[in-house]
Amino acid sequence: MSTIPLNPDTTAKKATSGADTGSTRSITTGGGTPPMKGRKSGRWSTTVILILCAVTVLLPLYVTISMAFKTSGQAVDGNAFSLPAPFSIDGFVQAWELTRFPVGFAMSFIVTAGTVIFTIILASFASYAIVRNWDHRLFRYSFFYLLGAMFIPFPVVALPQIQLTGRFGLDNPLGVILLATMFQLSFSVLLFTAFLRSIPIELEESARIDGATTWQTFWKLIFPLLAPMSATVGIFAFLYAWNDFMMPSLIISDADMQTLPVRQNLFQSQFSSDYNVAFASYLMAMAPAIIAYLFAQRWVMEGVTQGALKG
Amino acid sequence: MTATKSIVTGSGTGAKAPRSRRKIDPIYYFFLFPAVLLFTLAITVPGIIGIFFSLTDSIGIGQWEFTGFTNYVAAFSDPAILSSFLFTFGFALVTVIVVNVIAFMLAVGLTSKIRFKMGLRAIFVIPMVVSGIIIAYVFQFLFQNSLPAAGGALGIPFLETSILANPDLAWLGIVIVTAWQSIPGTLLIYIAGLLSIPGDVYEAASIDGANSRQQLFGITLPLVAGYVVINVILGFKNYLNAYDIIVGLTGGGPGTSTRSISMTIIRGFQTGDYAYQMATATLFFIITIIIAVLQLSVTRGRSNI
Repeated sequence: MSTIPLNPDTTAKKATSGADTGSTRSITTGGGTPPMKGRKSGRWSTTVILILCAVTVLLPLYVTISMAFKTSGQAVDGNAFSLPAPFSIDGFVQAWELTRFPVGFAMSFIVTAGTVIFTIILASFASYAIVRNWDHRLFRYSFFYLLGAMFIPFPVVALPQIQLTGRFGLDNPLGVILLATMFQLSFSVLLFTAFLRSIPIELEESARIDGATTWQTFWKLIFPLLAPMSATVGIFAFLYAWNDFMMPSLIISDADMQTLPVRQNLFQSQFSSDYNVAFASYLMAMAPAIIAYLFAQRWVMEGVTQGALKG
Repeated sequence: MTATKSIVTGSGTGAKAPRSRRKIDPIYYFFLFPAVLLFTLAITVPGIIGIFFSLTDSIGIGQWEFTGFTNYVAAFSDPAILSSFLFTFGFALVTVIVVNVIAFMLAVGLTSKIRFKMGLRAIFVIPMVVSGIIIAYVFQFLFQNSLPAAGGALGIPFLETSILANPDLAWLGIVIVTAWQSIPGTLLIYIAGLLSIPGDVYEAASIDGANSRQQLFGITLPLVAGYVVINVILGFKNYLNAYDIIVGLTGGGPGTSTRSISMTIIRGFQTGDYAYQMATATLFFIITIIIAVLQLSVTRGRSNI
């Protein structure tokens, strides 16, 4: 079975023209216009066009999966769209050992978990202090200071950071956690402060009348209330830390401590024709994020929308 | 940015002003301190060090001397740097347009009455959770092996050689992969925008006899204009920093035809042009600031979002 002609060029064209008809149709149906004859077919044609676009989205993922399960003999024939025949897991076995997957996974996991936890705690701490003491100059200026990083892309400060982390023994996953957290901080503080302002101060005052200290108030009352924002902040931090290539590749000096995305460059230099091994390795590196997404779709979609609009 | 504005106005509503001399619970300093300290050490200090060394002839280690603005003058007349700036801006511009046009149309489709609405939305968001460098490797394989094979089978000479090997076309591959990955985020914002338009606006328009095209340009687009601005500015800023996808797809080649600003700066570390590339980084930083100011001034006026 071969479906070679489906290449990105034609599909891209489909995406544009398809969405075009979709837009005009959908407004007629979506806007509550009186029933027309073509309405039902219009609805279906939009659906069909969107399904075709969705195929474009899924195609590279399908190729990754089918290549990963091929034998090395079948993988080199250049036909990316054929199904594996015979079905083989040799690629996974080899990739597991070549990239030392368990170590890579552990490193990625440490970096991601560390960045997520650090970002949520540091940003919610700082945001709480800032919002509750907005009338004090120190806190107000700190807010704008922290926000400043939103305008500093990593490449701008990367060279001195590489040097400094090297000098202070932070050229490892810990250094990446620290830097990744700092680059997530401004955006996260912005989200938390916006949310904190919407929590009525009376709620807190009643807790304080009962004798709670600021520390207790934060952990028992404020932090639980922040949960939806923490989820949004956490999702952004997760996606960044798990998928990033640039920062770990530059900061972590010991190849054995590299995260999964960086380990994949093995297949660009050596083993570059073992396609089944390479794709099995890609799949193993991508799968955790995709699986996590499938379980938390709603949260991710809502979180990203909310985050992007507030930021 | 709306947050900033409302906080400022929020504190201005009286009542709080007299409290400004009240005693602050010391624990608040403990809450604020770690973030500010780490931020200073991790970003501010490296930033100042970088700007400082951009005025020297340092190669990253060893002795150095002040050279004033020599690096900046040299950078302005360096064809390698100029071409990477030109490439990056051109790439960012094209990508912003492609991504926003496709994402907007998809959003209109996905908010209309269709089957499998939630399932389709879920699929369209998937690329956002996929690592840029890995998907770039996958596309690299498709561009280098599958597309030429397909071109050969169909007898289309244009496709027979990999577009990534063609200095004039390689950027197109980068645009396609970047678009594939960043359409979801843009799409979600447009969906939020479209859902915020009340349905009776369209009802009124159709009673007045507006056709669907008129409704699109007369109602939908003006009402989501704020979302378009957000998407364009956020996208442009992201694409200017392009690194992962280019490294995975072309490595900056063929030659230096697809080398982005980020890649140029990073290479300075490997080739010993430390101070020189810090000058490039500083210039890049200034440009980013200009865009950020633009972003602030545009989004501040839109508190309705």
